[in-house]
Amino acid sequence: MQDLLYFSQQLINGLTIGSAYALIAIGYTMVYGIIGMINFAHGEIYMIGAYTALIAITGLTALGLAWLPLILVVALLCAMLVSSSMGWAVERVAYRPVRGRHRLIPLISAIGMSIFLQNYVHLAQGSRNVGFPALIEGGFNFGSDGNFQMSLSYMQITIFVTTLICMTALSLFISRSRTGRACRAVSQDLGMASLLGIDTNRIISATFIIGAALAAVAGLLLGMYYGSIDPLFGFIAGLKAFTAAVLGGIGSIPGAMLGGLILGVAESMTSGYLSGEYKDVVSFGLLILILLFKPTGLLGKPEVEKI
Amino acid sequence: MLEVQNLSMRFGGLLAVDGVSLDVQEREIVSIIGPNGAGKTTVFNCMSGFYKPSGGKILFEGKEVQGTPDYKISRLGMVRTFQHVRLFTQMSVVENLLVAQHRHLNTNMLAGLLGTPDYKKREQKALDRAAYWLERVGLLDLANRDAGNLAYGQQRRLEIARCMVTEPKLLMLDEPAAGLNPAETKELNQLIVSLKEDYNVSVVLIEHDMSLVMDISDRINVINQGRPLASGTPEEIRQNDDVIKAYLGEA
Amino acid sequence: MAANNFRHALFCAVVTLIISIPILGLNLEAKGINIILTGAKTSTYVAIVLAAVAVFVFQAYRDSIMGLLGKLPNFNPLADKEPMEQSKRVKLESWILTGIVVLALFWPFVVSRGSVDLATLVLIYVMLALGLNVVVGLAGLLDLGYVAFYAVGAYTFALLSQYTGISFWMALPIGALLAGLTGMILGFPVLRLRGDYLAIVTLGFGEIIRILLNNWTTLTGGPNGIGGIPEPTLFGMEFGRRVKEEGNTSFHETFGIAYSGEHKVIFLYLIALVLAVITALIIRRFMRMPVGRAWEALREDEIAARSLGLSRTAVKLSAFTIGAFFAGFAGTVFASKQGFISPESFVFLESAIILAIVVLGGMGSQLGVILAAIAVTILPELAREFSEYRMLIFGAAMVLMMVWRPQGLLPMRRIHITLNKQE
Repeated sequence: MQDLLYFSQQLINGLTIGSAYALIAIGYTMVYGIIGMINFAHGEIYMIGAYTALIAITGLTALGLAWLPLILVVALLCAMLVSSSMGWAVERVAYRPVRGRHRLIPLISAIGMSIFLQNYVHLAQGSRNVGFPALIEGGFNFGSDGNFQMSLSYMQITIFVTTLICMTALSLFISRSRTGRACRAVSQDLGMASLLGIDTNRIISATFIIGAALAAVAGLLLGMYYGSIDPLFGFIAGLKAFTAAVLGGIGSIPGAMLGGLILGVAESMTSGYLSGEYKDVVSFGLLILILLFKPTGLLGKPEVEKI
Repeated sequence: MLEVQNLSMRFGGLLAVDGVSLDVQEREIVSIIGPNGAGKTTVFNCMSGFYKPSGGKILFEGKEVQGTPDYKISRLGMVRTFQHVRLFTQMSVVENLLVAQHRHLNTNMLAGLLGTPDYKKREQKALDRAAYWLERVGLLDLANRDAGNLAYGQQRRLEIARCMVTEPKLLMLDEPAAGLNPAETKELNQLIVSLKEDYNVSVVLIEHDMSLVMDISDRINVINQGRPLASGTPEEIRQNDDVIKAYLGEA
Repeated sequence: MAANNFRHALFCAVVTLIISIPILGLNLEAKGINIILTGAKTSTYVAIVLAAVAVFVFQAYRDSIMGLLGKLPNFNPLADKEPMEQSKRVKLESWILTGIVVLALFWPFVVSRGSVDLATLVLIYVMLALGLNVVVGLAGLLDLGYVAFYAVGAYTFALLSQYTGISFWMALPIGALLAGLTGMILGFPVLRLRGDYLAIVTLGFGEIIRILLNNWTTLTGGPNGIGGIPEPTLFGMEFGRRVKEEGNTSFHETFGIAYSGEHKVIFLYLIALVLAVITALIIRRFMRMPVGRAWEALREDEIAARSLGLSRTAVKLSAFTIGAFFAGFAGTVFASKQGFISPESFVFLESAIILAIVVLGGMGSQLGVILAAIAVTILPELAREFSEYRMLIFGAAMVLMMVWRPQGLLPMRRIHITLNKQE
């Protein structure tokens, strides 16, 4: 019985983290789907979202605002605004000028951008980690058995629900709106879409903005969940999210969701049954194995080498 | 020497090649023709090992080679060119030919690092062979230019020379006359015939230029929509009703 | 100025404000258990506003500014000249390289101990960058986990010296070979991946190795690292004040001179110099050998290369292994220089720095890589206040290089083999 409870607890923890990974993974997968590049700086966009959210929360609290939902919503909007602007600016400055060149050139540019943004925040906010207040406390406790107590915190529920809302909104946006349709067209065939009069530059910008906004949501959620952030906080999370995107099939939005959940569960199981130290090894190992044996991921389309 | 039996290739739901067979004898020029999108290049990609065929057999000198990796196929003596010329554009013309002789040089890294006499002799031999073929295709004067700076027709000839330095038994040419003017096509025509006559190379040719195909082919295979339509001598093909229909229907 | 331009410029300026005000203008500070928000210095706000104005002006008058820039006389005096003839260029480059080496030989005898130490570090980076240059610049494989092989070299020496008391000279080839072997084993399965996937996978490998070093406490000492790594000896002569190992003599006693800590530093520097020169020469040689041509051919057109009988895996693997080999070389020297190593020296950032050197140096060009290694290591030391901004500037420089001159500051001009006409 205790074993089962323990297992369920790990499952809940894994799904929580996993759904947040999925939010970040959307940014990778959409950008890859449209312009075929790995946006290496995406993890930093997420980190900046977390910082902005914390700054907003601290500022609002200092101003005497006390109603928690309002604080959270305003902080979330601030984080989304700053991250989206950053995502837009990064694409304009570092990616658009090198678009269409050899595959490695945008990637190196993105790595440079990632280092730049890390140090930008590092210089402005210091390198030490800052505590993120636990604004949503408490939760349900159930299934107590001997020494072990299984719990589902309100924070975890918030993460699930928020992710669900974001994903639904995104799906509706992609399938129903004009911009969403244009996004799909551009990801199928960029050249053709532009011949048909779609402003591909605008669509690419929109992709970066959407991805960044979702990353900012994840930044706020995971900042609160972990309880502290630092300028390097985006790097590993970014890699994890990229793993999730590849696992699900890069370019596929449902794939990103699925990949995020699988990765989150795999990680929490490793922490729970092996050791927390090795959870990163497991996710990187998973990434390597997928790329080697099924580079198209679980829901991706196969690619035929063109000769 | 080459026998393709009942070859098929499927991409997802699309059957790009279906039941194609052909054979090439020694010192023979065999052409594959057919409308655009008929699957000719896919057949080539299977023969040269870039694709693993979904079905059928490819026999080279009696051995099954379907699914053998591309680089091994070329080491067996089947070398190809590409529909869109693929040169190493930032390397010089002569270096393009040296790269192709990589396996002839049988590189022992230590010998190379030390610069042993044997290594130097082999390097020299490779240079000589490169020079010979450059002379043969009329590019000797341009040997030290970057390959990317050559005119289009010259690039085509360089690509063929690059195949020939590997001393192939079978040469697969994918639309070698595309983009050439009539004079250049004529030169190409003579070059291909001489490869067969003077160097005992068999040639498989994909080509749209009918005058070239009819002039030099010993036999012709017609493919339409991935399926074999007809095969025979140029004379037979010229009078084949199905072929005429397929071509006129398309035109 | 068209209205459209104006709107766009205004938008860009507003974005500039949005992305800089919260992060730069409002600082989070821990006070006890609480976090408070403090405003930045007034100068920061002024700078932010100025930046926004600059962005506005640039975007609004973009066309005329770019036009003016185009009309300016070209600053680069070499730009209009015909590229130098190959034979001349090769000679010039060899002369410059020889000049650098000769200068480097005299360097330690005229400067302070600290400078010699720094120069040794520069040489280690030169070795690393030359090795990575083979992988990235010549073979076109982006390796983001290069530091892992550096770590293998360093840890091999550290562990072997701890458990078997091996000397530097024995460890040097062993470390390099083991690093090369690791490269071969890791490379074998992954090298068929496409370029950008390969980059991420190598990054993953690098991180896995670092995490293992950090957590395999019983063997590697975990985050505490390994200390007491011996220094190199010269024909059995030690450079310490007292001889540590039996059978050895000490350098200062043998030559009857007073003990000085500088001898050791200079000796290490000279070893690093010799090894760096050897590295450069060997790689130079490789570039002119068939294997070097194969790397480039595969980088330029993989499909054509395969169609000519080059095995993708074998060719890539050779570049990967050789790159890893020299990283192991550098790692052994590094371990010996520091006397102590820990996983902290082998983080991703280190890979990024080495990559930055290769990129700035013009992927493929040896002289460029050497100059870039010197610049990247020494600049932060010259201006202390600059060192804080070091990584910020690296990041920006990498982006700028890719946008402006992806071929690097000193673009690679390969040494072509020329065919002399036979009459």
